Amino acid sequence: MLLNQFLVLSAVLFAIGVYGVLARRNGVLVLMSIELILNAVNINLVAFGSYVSSISGEVFALFVITVAAAEVGVGLAILLLLYRNRRSVDLSEADLMKG
Amino acid sequence: MTVLGALVAQNIAFGVIAAIMVFAAIRLVTTRNVVHAALFLVVVLGGVAALFLLMGAEFVGITQILVYIGAVVVLFLFGIMLTRTRIGDEEGTDHPNRLPAVLAAALVATVTIYAVVSGFGDVELPAETRTTTAEVADSIFSTYIVPFEAVSVLLLAALIGAIVIARRD
Repeated sequence: MLLNQFLVLSAVLFAIGVYGVLARRNGVLVLMSIELILNAVNINLVAFGSYVSSISGEVFALFVITVAAAEVGVGLAILLLLYRNRRSVDLSEADLMKG
Repeated sequence: MTVLGALVAQNIAFGVIAAIMVFAAIRLVTTRNVVHAALFLVVVLGGVAALFLLMGAEFVGITQILVYIGAVVVLFLFGIMLTRTRIGDEEGTDHPNRLPAVLAAALVATVTIYAVVSGFGDVELPAETRTTTAEVADSIFSTYIVPFEAVSVLLLAALIGAIVIARRD
């Protein structure tokens, strides 16, 4: 297998995730797109790890998985609070700190 | 199976998984139904786990299935249920003007793909890339013990923080 197969697929998934983060207004969908981005990074980490025959890539992928789980927990708690206060998770309405 | 046969089988498996993943990812960011988006996320995450197994990273692949499909997706479904009133197609999931997002994503894709293709043209992965769970464990509990402990504390802090934020007072 070529290393590039994995890197190009990962780049495509990353770009799709970036589109999702920018184009979506529903907060839950934005969090899902962020998960897409983090998974693209994980594919790269494991691919490079097996390319240089090092275990470090996999260990870092595990760390990224852990941090992503923590991020989803806090992110959804914030969205829940937003929904409770404003009856909507539309991110374009959450402009309290807009200058 | 011969070495060449295994390589062909690996490439076919990669092609099928990659096609399914890209399709599901595009549907994930375009569908108007939030529950369907969560289910497409399951497909993408399962594809990523399959790629990990294809690269011989068995422990990361299993962890991906356990943590993402088992826990994170369920968390997302709970989030959807707690923040929505209507199941089904929903208006206002996307910005009315999506052209800047398309341009930004196309720019990211072009630059990254150009960089990896020019940097790693025909580099082959080693034929035998399998790593065992024991190796991962040895590495985590010797070389990476400090980051491991740090990430444990981070996870604990994040979960307590989530409870504190979402709690009704």
